[in-house]
Amino acid sequence: MTARIPISLTVNGQPRSLEVGAHHTLLEVLRDDLALTGTKECCLVGECGACTVIMDGRSVDSCLVLAVEADGAAVLTVEGLASPDGRLAPIQQAFLDKGAVQCGFCIPGQLLSAHALLEAHSHPTREEIEEGLAGNLCRCACYEQIFEAVESVANGGEPEATREPRAGAVDGIGGARAGARTSAEGLDQ
Amino acid sequence: MQPFNYVRPTSLTEAIDLLAEHGPAARVLAGGTDLVIRLRDGTLSPSIVVDVKRIPELAPGIGSGDGGLIVIGATTTMTEIAAHPVIRRDLAALAEAAAVVGSVQIRNRATLAGNLCNASPAADTAPALLVHGATVVAAGPGGMRRVPLDEFFVRSGVTTLQPGELVTAIEIPARQARLASAHQRRTRRRGHDLASVTLACGVDGSDTARVAFGSVGPRPLLRLDPTGILADPGSSEADRAGVLDALFADATPSPRSMRAGPEYRLAMLRVLGRRALATAHERLGTGATA
Repeated sequence: MTARIPISLTVNGQPRSLEVGAHHTLLEVLRDDLALTGTKECCLVGECGACTVIMDGRSVDSCLVLAVEADGAAVLTVEGLASPDGRLAPIQQAFLDKGAVQCGFCIPGQLLSAHALLEAHSHPTREEIEEGLAGNLCRCACYEQIFEAVESVANGGEPEATREPRAGAVDGIGGARAGARTSAEGLDQ
Repeated sequence: MQPFNYVRPTSLTEAIDLLAEHGPAARVLAGGTDLVIRLRDGTLSPSIVVDVKRIPELAPGIGSGDGGLIVIGATTTMTEIAAHPVIRRDLAALAEAAAVVGSVQIRNRATLAGNLCNASPAADTAPALLVHGATVVAAGPGGMRRVPLDEFFVRSGVTTLQPGELVTAIEIPARQARLASAHQRRTRRRGHDLASVTLACGVDGSDTARVAFGSVGPRPLLRLDPTGILADPGSSEADRAGVLDALFADATPSPRSMRAGPEYRLAMLRVLGRRALATAHERLGTGATA
């Protein structure tokens, strides 16, 4: 009844073969079997987008995909966005530069939706950005900064901060704080 | 989630045999955007889930059939439908409806056949397909049959599909005159939400206008106006309102719904009806597409 089913898929460019329960979602397998905990579990009904991953080039809510359905698929999670040397993808850097990250919980999903949007439309309009990210909720309500981050990548190619290689996450956190302060000041005005 | 067996048939016959063998203990899995939610919350607990995405006869795709039919494969996703040039040109209401189902992530998985088989009264593609006179192609132990979409819906979650049957495609007939259509909906919030009212309208230059609407009763409804008033691009707002009121007479929105009260839904039905009709007329006049 609950036999485990062998599947093979590519996750962030690496071929993976494993056995999964038929009733396990892609989200559960990514987090629990493959230890890729960047993908977040939240609403589990396809409304919040925290579990968004890219499957065969399309964004999906991984809480609504059975792991067996991903057999043969290529999956990209937030862990696969940065270069192997740790250099952030332009969209990640833009989120930091624009202060789009507060608590951070929704950010992996936001990044992947933004990534999918920019792959489909390299220069989306504001309306297309809002629609493209409509399936990703942010309880910190950083929407304005998130949209600005996507716009900055769409309009300017690489944001300023990625022109030189960065040390990595530590600088990144500093960038996020600076950005958050900026936006808070904006609210005071 | 309760454990279940999972099978991935690679032929239509195999799928039909599985559905016939397991009866109500089997559930069909297409995009999963409705099914997986109900598997998790326990409202459904099948012993076997039949994934139909690798059956060639149900493959995604939008093509032409005999007599100029537009044929949409059962597992074609909302994303594919919303973006397809033929759908956008000839079935504008369907392109518009598919483009607002759920979010990008949902539209990338949700299938047209799944939207119809789930039989939600709020299904956005249903009014558009009713206006365009779509037919559901079903395959089962007794062979293939074609069901007009208006005879497919019974009530929320219930269709006229027989045990062992599954939908292989949706066909939209070629029409001698071009049917210009438009879709409108209301939701609680902009972005990702279920429709509080969903409606489509079509005019083709004849005296008959077609209006279909959902989320205001147990199933989506199709109504025709043969008076020529809605079909007349120059008819007055007052005359149109009178005809629309009559067409909406069978709308019975639930007083228990969380999304919107019945008074609001009935009021919005009239507003959306007027708007969709105006857009359909505009499209018929200019030959413009969605």
